[in-house]
Amino acid sequence: MTTTAAVQPTKQAPATAPMLKISGLNFYYGESHILRDVDLTVSRGQMVCLIGRNGVGKTTLLKNIIGLLSSREGVINYDGQPINAFTADRRARAGIGYVPQGREIIPRLSVKENLLIGLEALGNRAPKAKKEIPELIFELFPVLKTMLSRMGGDLSGGQQQQLSIARALMGQPQLLLLDEPTEGIQPSIILDIENAVRRIIETTGISVLLVEQHLHFVRQADYYYAMQKGGIVASGSTDQLSNDVIQEFLAV
Amino acid sequence: MLDGLINGIFNGISIGAVLLIVALGLAIVFGLMGVINLAHGELMMLGAYTTYVVQNGFKSFGDGAQDFYILAALPLSFLVAALVGLALERSVIRLLYGRPLETLLATWGVSLILQQFVRSVSWAMTFGLLVVCLLLFGGRAALSKLANLGPRQKLANFVVLVLSAGIGVTLGRSLNGNDALAKPWFSARNVDVTAPSWLQDSISVTDTLSFPAARLFIIALTIICLVGTFWFLNKSAWGLRIRAVTQNRDMSACLGIPTKRVDALTFALGSGLAGIAGCAVTLLGSVGPNLGSNYIVDAFMVVVVGGVGKLVGSIVAALIIGIVSYILGSGTLVLMLPSSEAIQPLIDTATFFATTSMAKVLVFALIIAFLQVKPAGLFPQKGRSVEV
Repeated sequence: MTTTAAVQPTKQAPATAPMLKISGLNFYYGESHILRDVDLTVSRGQMVCLIGRNGVGKTTLLKNIIGLLSSREGVINYDGQPINAFTADRRARAGIGYVPQGREIIPRLSVKENLLIGLEALGNRAPKAKKEIPELIFELFPVLKTMLSRMGGDLSGGQQQQLSIARALMGQPQLLLLDEPTEGIQPSIILDIENAVRRIIETTGISVLLVEQHLHFVRQADYYYAMQKGGIVASGSTDQLSNDVIQEFLAV
Repeated sequence: MLDGLINGIFNGISIGAVLLIVALGLAIVFGLMGVINLAHGELMMLGAYTTYVVQNGFKSFGDGAQDFYILAALPLSFLVAALVGLALERSVIRLLYGRPLETLLATWGVSLILQQFVRSVSWAMTFGLLVVCLLLFGGRAALSKLANLGPRQKLANFVVLVLSAGIGVTLGRSLNGNDALAKPWFSARNVDVTAPSWLQDSISVTDTLSFPAARLFIIALTIICLVGTFWFLNKSAWGLRIRAVTQNRDMSACLGIPTKRVDALTFALGSGLAGIAGCAVTLLGSVGPNLGSNYIVDAFMVVVVGGVGKLVGSIVAALIIGIVSYILGSGTLVLMLPSSEAIQPLIDTATFFATTSMAKVLVFALIIAFLQVKPAGLFPQKGRSVEV
């Protein structure tokens, strides 16, 4: 099956397979055992939050999902299909959007070019004609509209974070991976980012896997997984997120 | 006096243009991708030999056709060098990204292989190599399609390699018995490419001022290549991908850019530009297996002085080095100094360096001194985008 055949537009009839299903994933950096038997499921249209203190393997897990790191132990099923053997660019074209920790804006491309690069994830579905940025992006992040010709590397941290999310959205992903989108961002922009993510889910119906330390944002999710020492140690609906769990797993 | 000045600037620019067209491909391969490709000069050499072959082909059509061989030679040189570069990237360089020392050694080896290849290539050798390639790749493809060998795949591949190499070498050796087939195409001696007649003239502006057409042609060709490269990198879809991948490979992959294809394309583009440079330098001198090694140092010099990763830097560096070399080497400096007793030692020094080879020594010394002051070159990369 080619990658393009596996990809459908975001609004589709709900299929039976969950968007993302990880089972028995183990990952090693050399000798050290970073991820231990991780099982995790993200259902369609669901927003799942991954919590845990620094260094427990949250970012490593996301990198395994997008394909920057890969492990032979365990299965990562995306849209009902194992993607362990896929390279990162193929996973992106299959519909996984990635907003990394540290934002990773390409510094010497303009903001507009950074956004247009996001279209690459569409693969053959990319518009052949003049490439334009959809109005939704500017509705979500109005600040970007005024700085399209600025270099990506010259933006402030908060602006880069918004650009990073917008760039991932350009590829119309079905599953969005967000790695600490509010880390080191000033409080007013944190709220903007939270609202934008909520609107993205409402308007496009995509699934989101969020790594977050910010309690207010964590509560927006439908479901949570808590990690400790590379393994999942607790999970449940965020409605029942007790103070004990918060105390134990969030660095607040 | 004015004529002399214009003449000096023209000659300087024309040396600069040769430097620049030679360095342009390297500015992409080394500057953007960070690959130290010591076989870059040999890709130029292949371009030059392609020009020679094309010219011989046009000769057979008669004198009229002879004048236009260069129009066919330019794209063909690009194509040949780009294809060899592509093969080089896929077979050697791809395995060595991020390992500059190993790349340096491996590409040096490749440059020696290519030099020897043009010395000894003959029909017998070509047939032998073709048979090896066909058997090797055909055999591997057939094996992986027909039989699922699993862990024994490696062993099977090795057996195929040994068998096809054996058959190919035997065939090559037996064909070598035939004198016609064993005769080398080019041999180790230099061959000459005759410039088209319209490039052998000079264009006279005044009685004392005339520009050789070949030099003007190289300047024009350099400008066309520069504009083309700028357009491709800054305006085309693949150019955008290239710029993204060279700045942040991992994130580019996460956005869905096929990074391996981008690497191969970038390398092929740089190699193809080397081929065009090879075609251009056939207008200036004869073509031999060592042609590449004469230019490779100059090319690296231009890229390093300009600032690695900056095309604009390469342009400025090539022009400055060209003009300085000419002014020193031609003795223009001696003429410009007023003759007086007071500065006689200075005049003597200038006279001492007023030959091409001594001028080169002085230029190198100046570059070394310059790099002490600005180690990152004329246009260093600024800010957080700097990468080692």
